[in-house]
Amino acid sequence: MSPPNSYAAIMGQKAAIMRTSIGIDYAQYATGPLSFDYERLFADTGYDLDAIRTIQQHTAVGNTPLVELANLTELARAVAKPGHGARIFVKDEAANPSGSFKDRRASLSIHEAKRRGYAGVVAATSGNYGAAVASQAAKAGLICIVIQEAFDSQGIAQPEIAEKTRACEAYGAEVMRLSVGPELFYVFLQVLKETGYFNASLYTPYAIMGIETLGYELAGQVHERAGRFPDVVVATHAGGGNVTGTARGLIKAGATDTQMVAASVDLSGLHMASDHDFNRKSFTTGHTGFSVPFTTWPDRVDVPRNAARALRYIDRFVTVTQGEVFYITQVLAELEGLERGPAGNTSLAAAFALAQQMSREQIVVVQETEYTGAGKHPLAQLNLAKQMGIAVVRGHPRDNQPGQRIVIPQHPAQIDVVEVDLDRMRSVYLRNALKTLADGQRPTEIDVAFLAAETRLTPNDVWEVVHEQGGTAG
Amino acid sequence: MPERASAQTWVEVHRMVLAPGERAPQTPDDTRQTSLELKVKGFLIYAAAIGEAVDIITPAGRTLSGTLIAINPAYTHTFGAPLPELSYIGGEVRAMLKDRGNAP
Repeated sequence: MSPPNSYAAIMGQKAAIMRTSIGIDYAQYATGPLSFDYERLFADTGYDLDAIRTIQQHTAVGNTPLVELANLTELARAVAKPGHGARIFVKDEAANPSGSFKDRRASLSIHEAKRRGYAGVVAATSGNYGAAVASQAAKAGLICIVIQEAFDSQGIAQPEIAEKTRACEAYGAEVMRLSVGPELFYVFLQVLKETGYFNASLYTPYAIMGIETLGYELAGQVHERAGRFPDVVVATHAGGGNVTGTARGLIKAGATDTQMVAASVDLSGLHMASDHDFNRKSFTTGHTGFSVPFTTWPDRVDVPRNAARALRYIDRFVTVTQGEVFYITQVLAELEGLERGPAGNTSLAAAFALAQQMSREQIVVVQETEYTGAGKHPLAQLNLAKQMGIAVVRGHPRDNQPGQRIVIPQHPAQIDVVEVDLDRMRSVYLRNALKTLADGQRPTEIDVAFLAAETRLTPNDVWEVVHEQGGTAG
Repeated sequence: MPERASAQTWVEVHRMVLAPGERAPQTPDDTRQTSLELKVKGFLIYAAAIGEAVDIITPAGRTLSGTLIAINPAYTHTFGAPLPELSYIGGEVRAMLKDRGNAP
């Protein structure tokens, strides 16, 4: 018999706690043993794009500038083949109240919490989302608790997270800082149970719909400036919400031919729940430690069904190294006069490489920036890295080793992307989905149609995989 | 003499949430040797000294207990010293653009 507050006991109450704290009955969306009605999950929120734009207008969120990075484009053209070097634009999401696009997600979550009469909201995040929730909660007059994974067993706090702690406290939130481990969700459940507050999860339909305005805006802004939609939009990819929301917004704007590229920092080799590795990475999000697991199994989150389902929307998935992002952050400041946080420049680093593969007439849009300052700044991150015994050197990015060596490029021509095999991601996703079936259970036709939509394969392709895997679990 | 704080002072407290043997099953080996610890800030209810068991009221209005570890804790995250690995990049890329006849 486990003690009442043990890990096992609390996790056992997960479903009940989630029902009370989100107010969405996910079970009603089930359409088969493993499928659910994804679009109805969004439709039932009762919000459409216009309603969200109005809400965001009232909370000072959105309508951020689209900036053409002419000097960065020129630099890309200097190293690209003749006739190559697409125009690089950036959507300056740092202009949002708490300094990142996360304000878009928080604005709708908080609005919904208030509408339903919750006295407070809780968010489990070490990133910008915590500050966004705290900021929106302050405006709405709701109590806010943010739970972070913030320091290692030596008590060393990740400086980027320390800055988020400070920001959340500045907005009047209670911040619970935890040491390293996979139990953030367990503590989160306990707090939700004790307080009865709203689960301001990153993965409810509210949190995803809030980002649709980002895609919608940038499509309109590019069209206004250039008479057409962007050829490529690059979004930093971690949990999948950024890519999902932006792509849905682009589609709603009519930009159906725009290629959606997901970009992550490659941190392969590091374990995300490892006490040793925690302060040996310079990026707390936007990296493969999140994007690979979340792409291949979105429903691993704090809600029963994740509204962020990136495989439906990603056209191309690439990675960049930590050093390349630090380099491009420096270049952004010194050539464009925009000092922005490195984590928010992951997709900028990727776009700089991608622009060189595109022709000069084409347009690539970097979908975000984030604010910077103490703790978040490249100096803070690289000084921590050195303190933790990581080598920081100029060299060729291919010599980088997460956790051991950060290599800052010697020349912009060395910046490149590494392709992630989306077909492999799709296979792993299908295997994970089929594993949820009971022994001897087969997927239904609706299940297969759902899996086809999830992976952008044909139902026949999916049936082939089902037969290969024996059509059952185990 | 450990430092004392009066009631209503902004402080930080510490609590152990899970002992090493109580960690989640999926915890990696190195983390498994450590406790899951919690630190929270709030306003002290009764005067106390560092190291004592105290109650605080958090900004969310909750009463939490823990061991007093810091009084009016400073935010110490900063920038640190400039890095030679970054300092030369600006000059390099400006020179490249100048070569192309496009000095910014």
